[in-house]
Amino acid sequence: MKGRPENLSPEVEARPVILEIDGLTHYFDSLRAVHDFSVTIKEGELVGLIGPNGAGKTTVFNLITGVYRPTAGSIRYEGVQLIGLPSHEIIQMGIARTFQNIRLFANLTVLDNVLIAYHPHSGYGLADSIFRSRRFREREKAMIERSQEFLEIFGLADRQNDIAGSLPYGLQRRLEIARALATQPRLLLLDEPAAGMNPQEIDQLMELIHFIRDRFQLTIFLVEHRMRLVMNICEWITVMDFGEIIARGKPEEVRGNPQVIEAYLGRQAIR
Amino acid sequence: MRQLLRNTNFTFILGAVLVFIVVQALISLGVLNAYWQGIIFWGAAITMVSLGLNLIYGFNGQFSLGQFGFYAIGAYASADITYRWVRNDPSALVVVIFGSILALALMFGVSAFLRRFYGVATLTKFLFNFLAAVLGFFLAVRFVNPAIGKVIYAALNALPSGISQQLIFFLALVGGATLAGIVSYLFGIPVLELGSDYFGIATLGFTIIVKVLLDNTDTILPFPEMKGARGMVGIPKWTTWPWVFICFMAVVLVMRNLIHSSTGRAILSVREDERAAELVGIDTASQKILAFVVGSVFAGLAGGIRAHDLAFLHPTTFGFLPSFNPLIIIVFGGLGSMTGTIITGFFWIFLLEGLLRLYLPEGFETWRFVVYPLVLLLMMLLRPQGLMGRYEIAFLRRPLPPLRVKEASPVQEVIPQAGEVTA
Repeated sequence: MKGRPENLSPEVEARPVILEIDGLTHYFDSLRAVHDFSVTIKEGELVGLIGPNGAGKTTVFNLITGVYRPTAGSIRYEGVQLIGLPSHEIIQMGIARTFQNIRLFANLTVLDNVLIAYHPHSGYGLADSIFRSRRFREREKAMIERSQEFLEIFGLADRQNDIAGSLPYGLQRRLEIARALATQPRLLLLDEPAAGMNPQEIDQLMELIHFIRDRFQLTIFLVEHRMRLVMNICEWITVMDFGEIIARGKPEEVRGNPQVIEAYLGRQAIR
Repeated sequence: MRQLLRNTNFTFILGAVLVFIVVQALISLGVLNAYWQGIIFWGAAITMVSLGLNLIYGFNGQFSLGQFGFYAIGAYASADITYRWVRNDPSALVVVIFGSILALALMFGVSAFLRRFYGVATLTKFLFNFLAAVLGFFLAVRFVNPAIGKVIYAALNALPSGISQQLIFFLALVGGATLAGIVSYLFGIPVLELGSDYFGIATLGFTIIVKVLLDNTDTILPFPEMKGARGMVGIPKWTTWPWVFICFMAVVLVMRNLIHSSTGRAILSVREDERAAELVGIDTASQKILAFVVGSVFAGLAGGIRAHDLAFLHPTTFGFLPSFNPLIIIVFGGLGSMTGTIITGFFWIFLLEGLLRLYLPEGFETWRFVVYPLVLLLMMLLRPQGLMGRYEIAFLRRPLPPLRVKEASPVQEVIPQAGEVTA
């Protein structure tokens, strides 16, 4: 199948496709950011996308979530073409993402951050909120309770009324993941979740990613820089350089691929 | 009793009723003369305009200078309704009310139709809505008014004159506010797409356009009774303290309930980080339009109140310089603080139009435009977050939900607790 390594287990191959990117190409003016990028992800997989700085990884995420409109190619989520849809509709279809540099609503409380992600599912309208109808009170209470459950899962329950910007870095990362999950996704895009973390925190993050995948039955597609994370948790990896795919395969295969070593590991692994 | 006093809703209502009774008593006893009464009404109107702007700028983060344009639309529209009514002409009333209803219905239909397509360009959307609105008012002028104008006139005049006057005034206020809302919706569709700064420039342009149109109401526009740059005289002086109070409280309550709801949080999220809001599934474009329209409706309502208190409207009232007043007020009071806006709004008018005019030597008005910017400069240097920052009195504050009682959850063990390590 296109956009996948050949040697995955037949059990995985039998699952339905959740995301199918084909021939994705994007130019910023004349700069080619992504060229002929194809990836097919099946339900429940944990796939990594790696590559050196400026390889176009985040651009791929921005294309999937509708931040940019690609020059060419197609992106299908559960068979539906995403290109041309506004971002919020793509998110409401069940794709959530986090950001490389954390983008919380920094001046709002931790709980509000999660509640905002619930807004499309709030279930009451403008008139309900202005007249404080019974539906407003009931739904609002239910929303708050569900958000609090989320915070509890992420160990943020006792900080719900703190201002999000005042949280320590590690907790902000968690809150961002919690907020992304509150949109009730089936596909989660993590953009460099381990950026700025020390090895110990990365170990915690790996546990967290495994945990949320099982608990919320997610498919996860992650962009990462840190080999420790990618090599340990991803089932297979796609490697990009200068906007093109240069290799894909299981972590141990990619690690040994000379092209990858040259493009990426060769420069970084010496450290 | 003590428990009741601790209930913020109760204390707020009690306080509001007390304020109402005290002011009404002072007016009835003649302690407050017409001048000071006018200052209070003016303060309320300016505060309503500023609250609307605070919703747009302070809460939704869209820098707008167009608030006085909508204030003007509300003022002139409602004034025209009552002006014509007292001269036995119901046409303005019928056209504004039924035209608004028709326009809203058509715009709703058009929007529902356009929603079935993906990737509709903003200008297409604008054009369709604009045509729908124009068609609505055209139908009202051409068919509804000739058909039922006389009937409505007769029906309303059949009521006792006191009641019919109050009813007309109510409809005039609603009509002015609705018209401001419709215009802001049409204007907002294309313009809110621009980034915040460009939006500010565009709204400034809007205020200027409105001012120029008002200067030429009797030449370009077919409203000879507005008398263009000579100023509209002969508006019935119908604004009374109960009306001011009711409208003011309605604005405060609607704004408070709106902000402290899921929609309100979505509006806030646009201010915090528009891209992030869009990427947690919030339709930021419609949140921006919503805040803009609601803020403009407040301004339109305030315009109606002001027009029927002053009984005289002049385009310079809505000119370039005065249009900065609401902005100064909300920056002064604190962006994102309703309490700050209310306090500063009244204070601004009391101080600058009330006290200074009375007690300072003649000619000081000229200096006000030197004093405003200086005060603003000092404010920015000494307290950039505004007088109140984001402080709210208890009634306007969102109650923070209590912490959940912690149960021993199996999850806690699975997930490592985050270390307090900062990056």
